[in-house]
Amino acid sequence: MSDLSYRRPISVWWWTRKRTYFLFVMRELSSLFIAWLVLYLLLLIRAVDRGPAAYADFLDRAASPWLVVLNVVAFGFVLLHTVTWFSLTPQAMVVSVRGRRVPGAAIIAGQYAGLVVVSAIVYWLVTR
Amino acid sequence: MDDQIRLRVTRYRPDKDREPTWQDYDVPLREEWTVLDALNHVKSDIDTTLAFRWSCRMGICGSCGMNVEGEPRLTCATFLSDYAPGPVRVEPLGNFPVARDLVVDIEDFMEKLPRVKPWIIRDEEQPVDDGEYLQTPEELDAYKQFSMCINCMLCYAACPVYGLDPDFVGPAAIALAERYDLDSRDQGARERLDVLIEHEGVYGCTFVGECTRVCPKHVDPAGAIQRYKLKAAQQSVKAFLLPRALR
Repeated sequence: MSDLSYRRPISVWWWTRKRTYFLFVMRELSSLFIAWLVLYLLLLIRAVDRGPAAYADFLDRAASPWLVVLNVVAFGFVLLHTVTWFSLTPQAMVVSVRGRRVPGAAIIAGQYAGLVVVSAIVYWLVTR
Repeated sequence: MDDQIRLRVTRYRPDKDREPTWQDYDVPLREEWTVLDALNHVKSDIDTTLAFRWSCRMGICGSCGMNVEGEPRLTCATFLSDYAPGPVRVEPLGNFPVARDLVVDIEDFMEKLPRVKPWIIRDEEQPVDDGEYLQTPEELDAYKQFSMCINCMLCYAACPVYGLDPDFVGPAAIALAERYDLDSRDQGARERLDVLIEHEGVYGCTFVGECTRVCPKHVDPAGAIQRYKLKAAQQSVKAFLLPRALR
């Protein structure tokens, strides 16, 4: 085709133009907050390992307003991450049981059931 | 219901315009009219110079894809009354160069499609005398969904990855690769994987999922791509762990 055809420029704000694009970019962004919470958990474990004084220090710092805000925002993104990826799983994975395809809703429900079980085990470990 | 609706249509005359402009046309607002009917009305009664592609008017040929109110749609399956009282913005399909008015240059897609070898590949062709390759209903169901693709390219227009990186093979081509991979008569999966395992193949996709949302045939290209990624990853692990004979 001739060089006369017109190539439309793409704005760097393309992801704000549509709700679905925006949600996608937020889902991608959520990975950063997941990384932060993993790091935070490792810091917590290190503090516990170093003894009661270090642990008390950690709790003190955790109560500072900016850290509370950051962690609340991070938790929001973790929820978004979990919900969006759980609901996308049936598209990526075809599960068959005895030759019949398992419906998407069952795969999603299975993931939430798994989450509940793991959470219960962690809760039991921490509080026993 | 008003009896008129305004179409706001992209005009681009490569010999005259430096960039696309808008032109408004008032057309009758009829309940049974699609956006394509309105464009044909413009073409025959108002402005014969307007250029756009169409053919079957029944969602099979895949020619009349355009961005209607910013959303990639088959204009033959998009009713005017859904946009009343208007105006209705009609633009050429996104992410493709504009050749003229509502016509886009699809050269890039035409070049990419054969790269994934969307046809049945056999190691050895069965002689004609042996009859046809038989298939059970279950074997047909395995790929049928992906065979519904009509190459309308709405998925390319919706895909921000393709927009930002035109080297990306793209949703429809990968869905068609999957269609033949899942076909019990086909033996070409290895050849296709070699193409799709490249950076601009399946791994270019970040699972925005917009291709699946706009697909008028419910092909689910996003699903096909993720399934391909899973296959490609399994293949890579096997290649790493197993001796050649066992792969």
